[in-house]
Amino acid sequence: MAEFTLKLRRYDPESGQPPYWDQHTIDLEPHRSVLEGILQAKARFDGSIGIRCSCRAAICGSCGVRINGQPGLACHTHLDKALASSRDGATIVVEPMGNMPIIKDLIVDMDAVHWKKVQRVTPWLINKEPIPEREYIVPHENMVDVTQTMACIQCGACVSDCLSMEVDPLFVGPAALAKAYRFVGDPRDAQQEARLRDLSEDPHGIYDCTHCFKCIDACPKGVAPMNQIMRLRRRAGSDFGIVDRNNGHRHEKAFVTNIRKNGLLHEADLLPDSYGGKLHPRAVPELLDSLPVITTALLRRKFTPAKALRHPHRKEFKDLRDYFEKVEGREQRLELNLYITGYDEDAAPPADDAQNAPEQGEPGRTPEESPSR
Amino acid sequence: MPSHDVLIIGAGLAGQRAALAAANAGATVAIMSKVHPVRSHSVAAAGGINAALKPEDTWESHAYDTVKGSDFLGDQDAIEIMCREAPDELLHLEHIGVTFHRDEKGELGTRAFGGASAARTYYVADITGQALLHVLYEQLLKYHERLDRYEEWFTTSLLLGDDGACVGCIARDIRTGRMEVFNAKATILATGGAGQAWKPTTNGLVCTGDGIAQAYNVGAPLMDMEMIQYHPTTLVENGFLITEGARGEGAHLLNSEGKRFMEAYAPNKMELASRDVVSRAEQTEINEGRGVGPDGVGIYLDVTVVPRKRTLEALREIVNIGKDFAGVDITREPILIRPGQHYIMGGVKTDVWGATPLAGLYAAGEVACVSVHGGNRLGANSLLDTLIFGRRAGEHAAKRADAMLMPSSSEAQLRDDVRVIDGIIARPREGRRISEIKDELGTTMNRHVAVFRDADGLNTAHETVRRLKEEAKTAYIDDRGTVFNQDVLGAIELGYMLEVAEAVVVAAIERKESRGAQFRTDFPERNDGEWLKHIDISRNGEDVPEVSYSPVTITRWQPEERRY
Repeated sequence: MAEFTLKLRRYDPESGQPPYWDQHTIDLEPHRSVLEGILQAKARFDGSIGIRCSCRAAICGSCGVRINGQPGLACHTHLDKALASSRDGATIVVEPMGNMPIIKDLIVDMDAVHWKKVQRVTPWLINKEPIPEREYIVPHENMVDVTQTMACIQCGACVSDCLSMEVDPLFVGPAALAKAYRFVGDPRDAQQEARLRDLSEDPHGIYDCTHCFKCIDACPKGVAPMNQIMRLRRRAGSDFGIVDRNNGHRHEKAFVTNIRKNGLLHEADLLPDSYGGKLHPRAVPELLDSLPVITTALLRRKFTPAKALRHPHRKEFKDLRDYFEKVEGREQRLELNLYITGYDEDAAPPADDAQNAPEQGEPGRTPEESPSR
Repeated sequence: MPSHDVLIIGAGLAGQRAALAAANAGATVAIMSKVHPVRSHSVAAAGGINAALKPEDTWESHAYDTVKGSDFLGDQDAIEIMCREAPDELLHLEHIGVTFHRDEKGELGTRAFGGASAARTYYVADITGQALLHVLYEQLLKYHERLDRYEEWFTTSLLLGDDGACVGCIARDIRTGRMEVFNAKATILATGGAGQAWKPTTNGLVCTGDGIAQAYNVGAPLMDMEMIQYHPTTLVENGFLITEGARGEGAHLLNSEGKRFMEAYAPNKMELASRDVVSRAEQTEINEGRGVGPDGVGIYLDVTVVPRKRTLEALREIVNIGKDFAGVDITREPILIRPGQHYIMGGVKTDVWGATPLAGLYAAGEVACVSVHGGNRLGANSLLDTLIFGRRAGEHAAKRADAMLMPSSSEAQLRDDVRVIDGIIARPREGRRISEIKDELGTTMNRHVAVFRDADGLNTAHETVRRLKEEAKTAYIDDRGTVFNQDVLGAIELGYMLEVAEAVVVAAIERKESRGAQFRTDFPERNDGEWLKHIDISRNGEDVPEVSYSPVTITRWQPEERRY
C-alpha cells in the first residue's frame, strides 16, 4: 500500500461557480489504476465526484480523462506511472477531456462532439449486393486489418487532444475517421469509393489532419487513428485517384515530391507545387492570398529570403531517396497493424524486452502485410 | 409523456437486438439505458458466440452440449430453439458487418470452447462482445428515424396499469435529473446481470441487477437464482476476466506441482470441461494446498503453449490485460488466475418468446431466465442467448403492441419515485456509507455464495443480507445535486443488489443438492428424484421471498451422469 494524492478538476454546473480543484489522499497499491484511486476517494470521502466508469478493464471506454495533461483511460493508467509523469512529482492531476463541453466534474458531453462526428461518416455497412446466402467470403487478412479499427472503444481520448479539431471544430476528427476506415477497408462494403470521395471533398475531412501524432499517443487501444486517416488518403488518392476540390490530394503529393527532391521540406516550393507549379493559373491567386502569411513569417524570422531561394543539400538526402524507392517499389503497400496474424511459431524470442512485443511498429518486428485491394 | 409501442430498458446486446427486431416489425421503439449503449457490459464478452453452422456440425449436438452443460436443469424446448436459430442469427450478424475471424479460405473460422463437442465458437479476436455491440449500435444509428434512443436515462421503477399489466416505466434523465413517465404497450427488460453484488467480480460497475429487482418488485417471478457462475480464469490480482478462448486455443491449467490437474477431474475434456467443473477443480486444488502464488490462492494459466503469433492475433486483449493489470507477458510466462464471479444463470422467468408471467413485461439476456443455461452456462452461449431471445422478445412485443391501444397510466408512481429520490438525497449523515454496505455485501456473497456452499454459510449470508437491507434504508449520500448525481443512483442500485442477493441466497438454501454451479458440501450429490425442478422466487407483495417450483421441460435428453 502507498499513499497517493489526487488533484481533481471539479465543476458543479448547478452552483454558478467556476471549476475548482479538489484534492484527496488515497491509499492503494502502486500498480492499481487512477480510476480505482478516484473510486476510493468517491467511496470514502466524497460521493459527489462525477466520473463515468464501468468495466475497469479498458474495454467499455467510459473513463476517458486527462491525467497530468495527457488524455487516456483512468482505468488504464497505473498510479505509480501517473505519479512519475506528474508535474510536481507529488500530485496526480486529473481533468476532464478536451475539445468537448464539460457536464460535471470529469464528465464531458460526448454526444455534442464525438458521437455527432461518428454519425457524420455513415457508420454502418452498406452491403455489397447480392447478400450471399451464407457468409461473405473475405480474405483473412482483410478481417484482421479492419479489426484494428474495430478495437476502437469510442472513449474519445483522441478527440480530446486533436490539434486540428482545436483549430477547426468541424474537423471530422480521428475517432470518426478511424471508424470510416472500418468500412472503407471492409470488402463487404459497396460504397468505398463514395465514402472516400465524400470524406475527401469535405473541407473538414481527411485532408484536415495535420499529422501531429497526438491521437496515436492518446489511444489506449492502439487503434492509431492517424494511421487510419493516412490509409484513407492512400485509398482515396492512389487507389481511386480522387482529386478533391480542397486540393488536399495535390498538396500531399507535392509534399512527398518536395521531400524526395529536397531531402528536407523546401517550404517556398510547397505551396506553388501544390497548385501545379509557380506559374500555374491556380497557383498565382493562392500565392497572392498567402502574401500576408509569407510576410508575417519573414518578419518573425520563420525563414529568410536566402533560405527560401537556396535550399540546403546534404549527403544523407540520398539515403532518403533510396527509402522512397524501396517503399514505392513494393508490390503491395505495407500497412502497420495491431494484430499480428499467422499461426507459425516464432523461432526465438526477440532479444529485446518482450514487454512491448504486441505494440505495432516496434523496431525489429515486421508488421504483417495487409493487402488493401 | 413519451409513448411507444415497445420500450426496451437496457442497451447491451439483448436490448439492441430487441430494439432492432421490434422496429423491423413495424413498432415504434424506445431504447433506454443508464449508460451509453456501447458502455454496456456486453462489450466485455471476449471469447465468441456458438452456432452449429458448419455442415458437419448439427444443432442437436449444440443443444445436447448445452443441456449437459446445464446439468439437465435447462429447459430443452428453449435450448432447442436457441441452437436451431443460432446459425441464421450468426449469418445475420455477419451480413450487418461483424468482422468475424476467417479461415484461410475466407470462410468463417471457429475456435474450441468449454463443454462443446465441436469447435463451433465464432469470434473476433478476443473482442467478440465489443465487435458485436458496436456493430449493433451502428445499426441503431442507421435506423435512427425508427428508434428513439434515451441514453443515460436511469429506470427507477416499472409501471403497472390498473389491470396489473406492465405499461412502461419511470426514468430519470441522468444529465438533468428530470423524471419522466415512459408509456409503452410492451416493455422489455434487457438490463443484464448483478455481478456487482459479489466482490470481486468480472462484471462492470453497471451490473447491479436493476431489471431483476425491478421485475421482482412488481411481482414477476425469478427462477434458477441459486445458479451463479464462477468463471475458471479470473485474475487473482483484481478479478478481471481472462477469456475461455485462452483454453480454447490450447492453454493449460497447472497446480503447484506443475501438473495439469484437470486430468483427475475431466480426463476427456481436460481444461475445456464445463465452467462449473473446472472452477470446482481449481478450488479443490487450492483448498487442498496445491494452489500457487502468494498464499497459494491461485492456479497457473499457461498460455505459453499456444504459438506466440496465434496468441498475439487471437488473444490480443488478454495479452494487454496481462501486461497492463498483472505485469505478466502471457506469451512468455504463466499467469495467476482463480475462479471468480462471472454470470448469473437465473433471472426473471420468461417463456421462449421472452414474455414474463406479468402481462406486457418481457426480459431477455442475462436479466432473464428462459432457462437455456440451467445450472451452468456454456462459454459463448451467453452472446447467443442475448441475440436469439432479444430478437424473439422484440418480435413478440411488437406483435403484442400491434393488437392493442396505448394503455393509460397515471403520474402517481412518478411522484412516488421523485419522493423516494428526494428522500435519499435529504437523509442525514447518520447511517453507514453506501460504499461500505456494498463492500460488505460483495465480500459476504463471495465468501458464502461461491463455488462451494453449505447451510451454515448460506444462513450467515442471509442474515447479513437482511441486516444490510435494513442499514441501506438509512445509508447517506454526499451529492445533493441533480446533474449527474451518480451518488443517488448508487443508493438505488444498492437496493437492487440487495434484493437480488436475497433471492439468490434463499434459492441456494432451498436447493438441497449439488447441480451445476450450486455445489453444497452438505448435499454433495445431484438428486434428480427430488430436485430436477426449477426454484422460483416471488415477492407476492411481501418483503420476504416466497419459494415455489416449476418443472424442467425435457424434450429428448433424459438426465444422465455428467462426465467430461
